[in-house]
Amino acid sequence: VSGLGESSPHSARAIWRSALPVWLGLMALLLLTLVLAYAPLGAFNSVAAVAIAFLKALLVVLFFMHLKRPDPLLRMTGAATLLWLFFLFTLTMADILDRKPPTQPGTLTPGTHQSAAIAR
Amino acid sequence: MSVSPPAMHEALREPWHSLHRQREGVGFGVWIFLGSEVMFFGGALMVYTMYRVLYPGPFAEAARETNIWYGSINTAVLLTSSLTMAVASEAAQAGLRRLPLWCLPATAALGVAFLVLKGFEYNEDITKHLMPGDNFPLHAPAAQIFWAFYWLLTGVHALHLTIGIAMVAFFWVQAWRNTRQLTSPAFEGLALYWHLVDVVWIFLYPLIYLPGRSM
Repeated sequence: VSGLGESSPHSARAIWRSALPVWLGLMALLLLTLVLAYAPLGAFNSVAAVAIAFLKALLVVLFFMHLKRPDPLLRMTGAATLLWLFFLFTLTMADILDRKPPTQPGTLTPGTHQSAAIAR
Repeated sequence: MSVSPPAMHEALREPWHSLHRQREGVGFGVWIFLGSEVMFFGGALMVYTMYRVLYPGPFAEAARETNIWYGSINTAVLLTSSLTMAVASEAAQAGLRRLPLWCLPATAALGVAFLVLKGFEYNEDITKHLMPGDNFPLHAPAAQIFWAFYWLLTGVHALHLTIGIAMVAFFWVQAWRNTRQLTSPAFEGLALYWHLVDVVWIFLYPLIYLPGRSM
């Protein structure tokens, strides 16, 4: 099996038939995320919005960017990107969320009142 | 090379010995480049996330000031451009001619439509003084941080899209004049870049337009 799509659909009809459902899925998810944004879900609003963004990105990456094809080189490159992004977010959030009570004036912590924290 | 290559392999370039290897090289190279792009946007989104955790209230208040219509319609426009780009790339690889020659300009046109809508939106934002500075209409100072990210992230995204449109137009002219074979893997590389710009917007949309709507 070639992972580079050399055995992909070769007629215009087949190409549209494989791409259109992905687009429909993306549009449906766009509508869903728009509707959910106005639903009073509290903290779950942001979770739903970002989760749907990941789903949409997954559709694009798997089907339009072809990572569903069995090409280990490209899949590993994509996975490496995600891994470094994961490091970036994990290490930064570990710092931001676990800060001890400030011992120095002006330290930013979650929930700090904005007017006190931002010096203009 | 002195040997005239068969029609299928006119897309073959030095130093590759087969179109298959060239295709693999293009895919790998572009994915590595996209990885660096993800790091670039990821860094900005990381700092956005940090400030949003620090100032959830002002961020929700500030995000409500964005125009949800422009944002949502532009998302649909960009997702559709990814469809035409995907079809163009697939059709080019499959050796079709008419389909990619229609889908490439359609992709560029949708990209331009996105930028035009964004221009109207920017104009409205500027009219409402939604730029960090003295006349900023929201009370919470941290709301200005959100709007600084708004201009930075959408601006850099628009720059990427502009480069994408220029490249699609350039490749389309080359394909039209037969100076670049449609079977060239370069079209797949172009499509990968276009899709990444789309993926970036897929994340910008919920982070910029959707917070604070249910309050």
